[in-house]
Amino acid sequence: MAIQILMPALSPTMEEGTLAKWLVKEGDAVKSGDILAEIETDKATMEFEAVDEGTIGKLLVAEGTQGVKVNTPIATLAGEGDEAGDAAPEAAARTNDAQPDAAPRADEPPAEKGKGENSRDETGEAPDKAPAAPKSAVETVSTPEPDASPDWPEGTPVKQMTVREALREAMAEEMERDEAVFLMGEEVGEYQGAYKISQGLLDKFGPRRVVDTPITEHGFAGIGVGAAFGGLKPIVEFMTFNFAMQAIDHIINSAAKTLYMSGGQMGCQIVFRGPNGAAARVAAQHSQDYAAWYAAIPGLKVVQPYTAADAKGLLKTAIRDPNPVIFLENEILYGRTFDVPVLDDFTVPFGKARIARAGKDVTIVSFGIGMAHALEAAETLAQDGIEAEVIDLRTVRPLDYATILTSVQKTNRCVTVEEGFPVGSIGNHLSAWLMENAFDWLDAPVINCAGKDVPMPYAANLEKLALITAADVVEAVRKVTYR
Amino acid sequence: MARKPAAEASLKEPAKDSAESAPPVATNIPRDDLLKLYRDMLLIRRFEEKAGQLYGMGLIGGFCHLYIGQEAVVVGLEAAAKEGDKRITSYRDHGHMLAAGMEARGVMAELTGRIGGYSKGKGGSMHMFSREKHFYGGHGIVGAQVPLGAGLAFADKYLGNDNVTFTYFGDGAANQGQVYETYNMAELWSLPVVFVIENNQYAMGTSVKRSTKSTTFFGRGEAFGIPGEQVDGMDVLAVKAAGEKAVAHCRAGNGPYILEMMTYRYRGHSMSDPAKYRTREEVQKMREEKDAIEHVRQILVSGGHASDDDLKAIDKDIKDIVNDSADFARESPEPPAEELWTDIYAEANA
Repeated sequence: MAIQILMPALSPTMEEGTLAKWLVKEGDAVKSGDILAEIETDKATMEFEAVDEGTIGKLLVAEGTQGVKVNTPIATLAGEGDEAGDAAPEAAARTNDAQPDAAPRADEPPAEKGKGENSRDETGEAPDKAPAAPKSAVETVSTPEPDASPDWPEGTPVKQMTVREALREAMAEEMERDEAVFLMGEEVGEYQGAYKISQGLLDKFGPRRVVDTPITEHGFAGIGVGAAFGGLKPIVEFMTFNFAMQAIDHIINSAAKTLYMSGGQMGCQIVFRGPNGAAARVAAQHSQDYAAWYAAIPGLKVVQPYTAADAKGLLKTAIRDPNPVIFLENEILYGRTFDVPVLDDFTVPFGKARIARAGKDVTIVSFGIGMAHALEAAETLAQDGIEAEVIDLRTVRPLDYATILTSVQKTNRCVTVEEGFPVGSIGNHLSAWLMENAFDWLDAPVINCAGKDVPMPYAANLEKLALITAADVVEAVRKVTYR
Repeated sequence: MARKPAAEASLKEPAKDSAESAPPVATNIPRDDLLKLYRDMLLIRRFEEKAGQLYGMGLIGGFCHLYIGQEAVVVGLEAAAKEGDKRITSYRDHGHMLAAGMEARGVMAELTGRIGGYSKGKGGSMHMFSREKHFYGGHGIVGAQVPLGAGLAFADKYLGNDNVTFTYFGDGAANQGQVYETYNMAELWSLPVVFVIENNQYAMGTSVKRSTKSTTFFGRGEAFGIPGEQVDGMDVLAVKAAGEKAVAHCRAGNGPYILEMMTYRYRGHSMSDPAKYRTREEVQKMREEKDAIEHVRQILVSGGHASDDDLKAIDKDIKDIVNDSADFARESPEPPAEELWTDIYAEANA
């Protein structure tokens, strides 16, 4: 009983190769691991090893033959060299399993073959066209009506609170609620937080749950992700998101992709939070808005609150969310005060934008500190009789397309506002999306207001020029309204 | 503190303590344990050979990193583990999964990209996981599994159990910055993690000597206060003994431990590596004089623990398992197109 030895694929892209040299001759006894031949692939000359034991019968392809297709029989291996006993016939038959379906189609490239006999039988055709994206946790495109419900019931008492206090209260409430939640990061414990977000948490929860780390973002972000794989719910604080670039491999490759790569087995419940974007006069390495970077990654959720109520309600939602969440705060907003509802358990859902100001003439879409400029611009424009509708996205992944679409269908004009770089911005994405989905409703091109396309300068005057301002937004609105 | 290895494995002076004569340690090991070590290593070898064959036939695509030659490392350490212990490794992961008790069928079907694979065909050779068997991947970025493994240990310490995490990485990863960030925090927080450096002498095509002046890795924990030792990774009994010591250290709350396993991979870095950076003779010498499976086979036979027939029966059994996994991996359908859009986000259930 002879086994056929087939031309092997020896690289991810190899379809055929040259049989450069035979290292065995007919009649040679070979065992597993012996080198049979040298084969030139599209990349290199490889040694081809025997898998089965036996005696070389015929060499079917001569040395030096070029263009030998993968899976072409190149030699036979005589079965008598196979081990004796009742295992032998089966073993031979098994190693033969290459032949029935492989050999007859040896002229096909391996990629075709790899597609498999199975799926083609089932569907009648190879599944080469991706199905349309279903309505998922992130894509809310197909929501017919935007959810315009208020964030808290009418008549709920509110208290004045800074964004800083709101974030601290959210973490404390969730740590109280769930023993698996803990906070780790630089200076979160004994120092009481570089920006005082975690002030008092060490005293309240102890060093087991408020963990000071060395200044090693790459390492502690990885440890955080591993702890999440192990069943904990870490909040990883970056002193600022600028430093998270050292950790971005773990955020994206380890945290965001593992659920998918594991076929749904291994989720990663973790929040990465900290200040993001420009502070004041800290120059290029410490002044960058990462919203668009993280929003580009399937598997992440990305939050950027503006108000204290949203900071609290969204952070609580983030901590409970079973996925990795990027929570982008802003140093300048930490000290600002807003109304926060007095409720036992106040949360804000992801993917639900907030209409911060209603209007009919133009839609201004923003998030995070961009909202400050958007609202200021809307005030100015109102004095000239232009009523802007200002939408706070709150989460940039998932995005509330329904609320944007409904608004643009009413106003027929849209301006986006964000602090990040202009190329590949959230505004760029929304412009493209509106062109596809609201083309007939638009009376003017969508204009993106963003930071200037330069590293952040240090000089006070230049920094001011690099940042977006309410005046930029006003000017953009005048352009799209032709007023 | 770091200490010298009891029996140093070296390419230059191979095999004094193996193959020809059974080392004295073997006499203490019960027959059934020896047979299990033999069997587990053989399963990995045959499985990997079959994977190589299926790759040659175009049924497995992309990158495929075989573990042939290194079997004693993972099998010896699994013999030192208890239920609940975790393991995490790099992309050369098939052996770790089989040794952890994951099904050959599910692993092979993942290699062929089929729905019956551990990741439904969406992970491939480098990305498989099993919560049930406490196997946490399967990671494709060199060195990334090191802090992740320390994080798993962090979770166990936080939860107050006595589990240990085996964090495997290679001599290539051992030069990465994140490894040393992790050493620092693991010792600082006394995390129960065994760092297992599988020193197979080559980081893809770069030999250890060409990548570092400090060519022993077990002592690099000393700067952080982590003890370590070098072990003959071709001797499964030495690996098991070292593993038991390391695990006892971790379980007792003494923090991490480093084991540098001197081992050797027979095949290229991946299937498409022609391995021109080492001589054929070097590989052949290791195979003939240091082979881990042959070593245990000799002990079994010379010690009268197993007859040729016993070993043949094991061979047949293993072949059946591997062939069955290959059949399954070919017959299992490709994932349906709808799978493209699943498992991107877990459903919130709060």
